[in-house]
Amino acid sequence: MTAVVNQLPIGLSIAAVLLLVALGLTVTFGQMGVINMAHGEFIMAGAYTAFLLGDLLLALPAAFVVAGLMGLALERGAIRHFYGRPLDTLLLTWGVSLVLQQLARDLFGAPNVQVPAPSWLSGGIGILPYNRLFIMALAVAGVAGIWLYLTRTRLGRRTQAVVQNRRLAATSGIDPGRVDMLTFFIGSGLAGLAGVALTLIGPVGPALGTYYIVDAFLVVVAGGLGQLRGAVLAAVGLGLLNSYAEFWSDASLAKVLVFAAVIGFLQVRPQGLVALRSRALT
Amino acid sequence: MIKRNLPFAAIAVIALVAAPLLLEPFRLSLLAKYLCYAIVALGIGLAWGQGGMLTLGQGVFFGLGGYAMAMYLKLSESGGGLPDFMVWSGVEELPALWAPFANPVFALTMAVAGPVLLAVVLGTLVFRQRVRGAYFAILTQALAAAMVILLVGQQGLTGGTNGMTNFFELFGADLADDSTQRVLYLVVAGVLGVLYLATRQLVNSRFGRLLVAVRDGEDRVRFLGYDPALVKTVTFAVSAGLAGLAGALFVPVVGIISPALLGVVPSLELVVAVAVGGRQVLAGAVLGAVVMGYAQTTFSEQFANGWLYLQGALFILVMTLAPKGIAGILGRLRRARTA
Amino acid sequence: MLELRDVRVVFDGFHALDGVDLTVADGELRFLIGPNGAGKTTLIDVITGLTRPAAGRVRFGGYDLVGRKEHQIVRLGVGRTFQTSVVFEELTVLENLDLAACFRKPLWSLAGRRRGVSDAVAEALARTGLEPLAGRSAGVLSHGQRQWLEIGMLLAQRPRLLLLDEPVAGMSKDERDRTGQLLTEIADDHTVIVVEHDMEFLRRHASAVTVLHEGRVLVEGSVEQVSADPRVQEVYLGRRPSDAVGK
Repeated sequence: MTAVVNQLPIGLSIAAVLLLVALGLTVTFGQMGVINMAHGEFIMAGAYTAFLLGDLLLALPAAFVVAGLMGLALERGAIRHFYGRPLDTLLLTWGVSLVLQQLARDLFGAPNVQVPAPSWLSGGIGILPYNRLFIMALAVAGVAGIWLYLTRTRLGRRTQAVVQNRRLAATSGIDPGRVDMLTFFIGSGLAGLAGVALTLIGPVGPALGTYYIVDAFLVVVAGGLGQLRGAVLAAVGLGLLNSYAEFWSDASLAKVLVFAAVIGFLQVRPQGLVALRSRALT
Repeated sequence: MIKRNLPFAAIAVIALVAAPLLLEPFRLSLLAKYLCYAIVALGIGLAWGQGGMLTLGQGVFFGLGGYAMAMYLKLSESGGGLPDFMVWSGVEELPALWAPFANPVFALTMAVAGPVLLAVVLGTLVFRQRVRGAYFAILTQALAAAMVILLVGQQGLTGGTNGMTNFFELFGADLADDSTQRVLYLVVAGVLGVLYLATRQLVNSRFGRLLVAVRDGEDRVRFLGYDPALVKTVTFAVSAGLAGLAGALFVPVVGIISPALLGVVPSLELVVAVAVGGRQVLAGAVLGAVVMGYAQTTFSEQFANGWLYLQGALFILVMTLAPKGIAGILGRLRRARTA
Repeated sequence: MLELRDVRVVFDGFHALDGVDLTVADGELRFLIGPNGAGKTTLIDVITGLTRPAAGRVRFGGYDLVGRKEHQIVRLGVGRTFQTSVVFEELTVLENLDLAACFRKPLWSLAGRRRGVSDAVAEALARTGLEPLAGRSAGVLSHGQRQWLEIGMLLAQRPRLLLLDEPVAGMSKDERDRTGQLLTEIADDHTVIVVEHDMEFLRRHASAVTVLHEGRVLVEGSVEQVSADPRVQEVYLGRRPSDAVGK
């Protein structure tokens, strides 16, 4: 029983990181149908930003902006020419991801680097270490921020309009291109935040993003297309499942179990947790 | 009919006669490796190019085939005793899973049947629920990621990160011997040729037309009275079987199978190769696998880091400028000439 | 032959079909009309398995259709077209028809190449007048030709019941006349349900008409009876006068 409780902060903090990564994917995937394989490298960029700055609180906004700008550049430079071809975009962004990883290797060296955690995050309340608590708080703040943006601001409502019906939104005076840019900036920025969070629980390397991107995509699949609520539930579910499966079974079986769980889940809810209904044939 | 098959016949002659005579043994066995990848690419061309299923987990099937073959090789060398790596990792008794692989027929059958079975199960579960497009791609990628972690973790069964290597003989022939490698090359080239013709036949058949129809309008096909899930599952299974066979051929040719050869990145690299060659033509997929394999060897020999930039850049360029790949460019040139 | 009893469909609280009863006899040609949002397409969707009703029964030739998958319903002999015609653009006209005609063959037998043209396909080509275009890619067809190809694909399947969703929408006058002729021919030896907006087309080709309104059957009868009915006039005049007056 104590083992179950002790594992909880680990599971929840992994869920929190997954959530931050998946939130960005959900908004870009949901709005533009774009599968961005380079999203993992925005995590890596955020982590290296924290490494360079050496100060956690300074790193958060900086990483958001750095990763966000990278996302923006990717969207303007490449992805926008590929709308309506999601599979091609997937492969294209994978090429970008390769280049970015190699760039990181050349800039920072192939070995992992350690970012020292600030002293005020050492210690904890009972079984809950402060650093994991901080990550969870960051994820909650991220979700709250996105939710407030989408529902309480004019730009956010425009974004939702574009998500629901791109052409209609365009004809009613919204410029979808500008909304896309903003969405990509915010979504990628969130990945940057996830990268900063990861520096609190482990070392940073050029391949950092690759460890999280596949799981984050699974969160998007299980959560349902472009759905905030679904992403939150799926991230928490998969994060906990992952850490408990690792704990109880062999670590090597955990991923297989998670995969099987997602496939099993799709048998019950093929549209993901939260589905949009549509009358269109395709 | 004869005219259509002329290019194929010419390439077959070059591959089966000229290459073994002209290439030095080292190069010939590298070419055999590329041809193994070309068999996987054939399956990707079928599933993705014709059927629209972007499978990012072909490495899994390739690996299942490769591991089945490697298990047989290990057991035939140890004479049914414990393979070397098991001794090193402290395993004392041969695992039950391993025992039947001492039989070469069983091992080869499993190299194809294992991947086919996995693809049928996965395909049935996924396609029945109308999971498709990007979602399917993501799931196959997750499968590849999970597979690698599983293989690495089960050290005693699989050799862990190092995988299995140090194979010395195949059916009594010395694998280090040049003549064995030449025969292996001929076998791989012959198998590729036969599989290419068979796959092309499938693409040109009514089933091939149905597959294209499923790719372009899955829902419409449903209202013609076909079950698209079945069509896709069958195709996915065929592509998995091709990858499994390729893996089984790969092991004696290259002499190693390890998780690094079948994870997310190698799986994607093969898809890239197919895209570079031209996904909509089977010959393009084969060509792409050989060209990209050759490029990787050549460039990473000369400047290791540069290759990754080059590969990334090449990929971005192909997707942007020539989404139909080399085959698309050749097709356009030919049309320009006749016009 | 086709019998719907108290069929209800609800989309997020909106009653798209609110208790529809409909009986179509063997060999009948039935027109389904009604203002936008009346539930015409939803009704077709329910019969063909695309939409699952919240309540009600759909029986066809002794089979219960509710809960069956789309392709199973097609195999029972129910074929349909869509408002926006979908043909396979990378295949030729002949290949499109052949694909439709082969739907009862076991999958493994499709691994062979097509040799020659089957009777069903030849007949469909002749009836739709697409013979001269048989070898052309379906992607180059005009809008009208696509609709005919879709109808041809249905005919090649020799269905017992055909459901045509707005077959003349967007067609020129000539194309509409040809489609009407085709429809009359098909109705000779098939049971057909046609959803249509075009009142002139209706007057020329319809005998029995069912009017839907707000998810219910408003009136059934001949064209004369229906167009004389004050309720029908009110529904159309109240919403879309142009439809009722005709052109």
